[in-house]
Amino acid sequence: MKELVVETDGLTKRYGDRLAVDRVSMTVKRGEVYGFLGPNGAGKTTTLRMMLGLIRPTAGSASVLGRPAGRPDVIARIGALIEGPGFYPYLSGRDNLRTMARYQGLPGTEVDRVLEMVDLADRAKDAFKGYSLGMKQRLGVAAAMLGSPDLLVLDEPTNGLDPAGMADMRALVVSLAAAGQTVILSSHILAEVQEICDRVGVINHGRLLRESTVAELRGRATLQVRATPEDTALAVVMQMAGDEGVRRVGNETLEIDLPSSAAPEVVRRLVSRSVDVHEITAAERSLEDVFFEMTGTDTGKELVS
Amino acid sequence: MNTLSLRALTNSTRAELLRLRRWPAIWVIIGTGQALTLSFGYVFNYVAYKTGDENFAEDGATSAQLLAELMPSAIPEVIISGLPMFGGALAMVIGALVAGNGFGWGTWKTVFTQGPSRGAAVGGSLAAVTVFVVAMMAATLVLCTGVSVAIAASEGQTITMPALADLASSFGAGFLVLEMWALLGFLVGVLAKGPALAVGLGLVWSLVVENLLRGVGGLLSGVEAVTAALPGTAGGSLAGAIVGGPNGTPGVLDAVSGERALITVAAYVVIAAIAAMVVMRRRDLT
Repeated sequence: MKELVVETDGLTKRYGDRLAVDRVSMTVKRGEVYGFLGPNGAGKTTTLRMMLGLIRPTAGSASVLGRPAGRPDVIARIGALIEGPGFYPYLSGRDNLRTMARYQGLPGTEVDRVLEMVDLADRAKDAFKGYSLGMKQRLGVAAAMLGSPDLLVLDEPTNGLDPAGMADMRALVVSLAAAGQTVILSSHILAEVQEICDRVGVINHGRLLRESTVAELRGRATLQVRATPEDTALAVVMQMAGDEGVRRVGNETLEIDLPSSAAPEVVRRLVSRSVDVHEITAAERSLEDVFFEMTGTDTGKELVS
Repeated sequence: MNTLSLRALTNSTRAELLRLRRWPAIWVIIGTGQALTLSFGYVFNYVAYKTGDENFAEDGATSAQLLAELMPSAIPEVIISGLPMFGGALAMVIGALVAGNGFGWGTWKTVFTQGPSRGAAVGGSLAAVTVFVVAMMAATLVLCTGVSVAIAASEGQTITMPALADLASSFGAGFLVLEMWALLGFLVGVLAKGPALAVGLGLVWSLVVENLLRGVGGLLSGVEAVTAALPGTAGGSLAGAIVGGPNGTPGVLDAVSGERALITVAAYVVIAAIAAMVVMRRRDLT
């Protein structure tokens, strides 16, 4: 079993009468990209802030990298971009990073490295206040990567990025994950999470509703095939999905426990046995579908409230 | 303090010095302080001296007295006379900006996620502010020396530098007065979580409320006891002790003894630093 990098136990934060985070117990394993999903105001950022020691929990505890959350020696091993980038507007991007690097006692070469990683080197001398929102986000990610932290916490890192910038950011996270970097990615862009995360935690109204792999969360992928003669078709697809993996659902239609990627092979085999294929459809729930079922929020590609 | 803590404090101080020395607002404030010192310390008196209008700068001052105040030997008085009034206010603005803007810009959050303990980060910020207070005093000293020597030379006067001990005590007292206001500004910036309210309240307090209270204190003995412990009274009295009592400059007082003023100012420095540290260490950063 992989080492747990983050482990929270009943983490709770109350502001007066409002329960912002309610007994959240979650785990993040070393080397995985963990998607933290939830509508705006669900408690994602508050949970992350408690992991980083920026706010104190009302109850419960959080352990990060094997030690209590919030300790300076632990925070030094975490890179974080929390709720937007916070930098000195009058300083250039480079000087902002130099300032942050000095807090860690890091050399100037580290600043150059992270500027290259987020593709900001050519605008590094410009003042932060003149940056676009996307550039500010990238600078925030660069600051988070200073010192090659063991854990990267990115809270809505694609906010304000154009489609190309979002793709670049996804590629960056994927490349970091490929290098073994543990990443917690908080986002409300579900396609983004589905694409790059290994496991997800879904939070709403402060409570962690589910924590599992993306595949588990999306459930079983199926194909529905309307073909005749049905008995011959049934025999063919049973060879592929097994006796338990096929069901008759009426109207000469079979439901097969196979992903959409298996559709061409299913059609090839049916046709080779002289079966007429009238229709084949993939029934695969997206993370978005699952999310809306769980949280009861309105549909939409982005959960913008 | 162990080695790790000391290293974290040093790193934080270096980081804060980098960002403060690149901040135009800080240099504007320091420049304003120099301009005011130059104006009220030398320009007005020199114009009065040259034009012969004895009422221009100081009521009843003779030309000889005016010239004496412009000479290098008067540097210890000049560098501290303006501090209880405008110098302290400007230092307070610096402290409030340094601490308060970190909340609005989100930079405290960014700094705290870089790894230093909150104590080290805030301590580094306080240390950097202190460096700039020293720089402000040093710049004032250099300015006053240059201008007074130039005036002495142009007026054909003998250039007599002040005693080193007088200069050191004036510099030290001036530093303490500025440091007190800067750290009080820092504390108010932390409490207000922003610079605007901190600067506004701080200036109203230091320039208006304390003066009003001192006025009332003359009528009510209970209030007088309170005003004697206020930072403006302490700073003004410390300056007054250096220049030998009120010299007509607003804010320079003799309300309490020099010793008591020194202790009170030093106490405010310590209390403001500790209070800012404690609040920042305990505060949720939302």
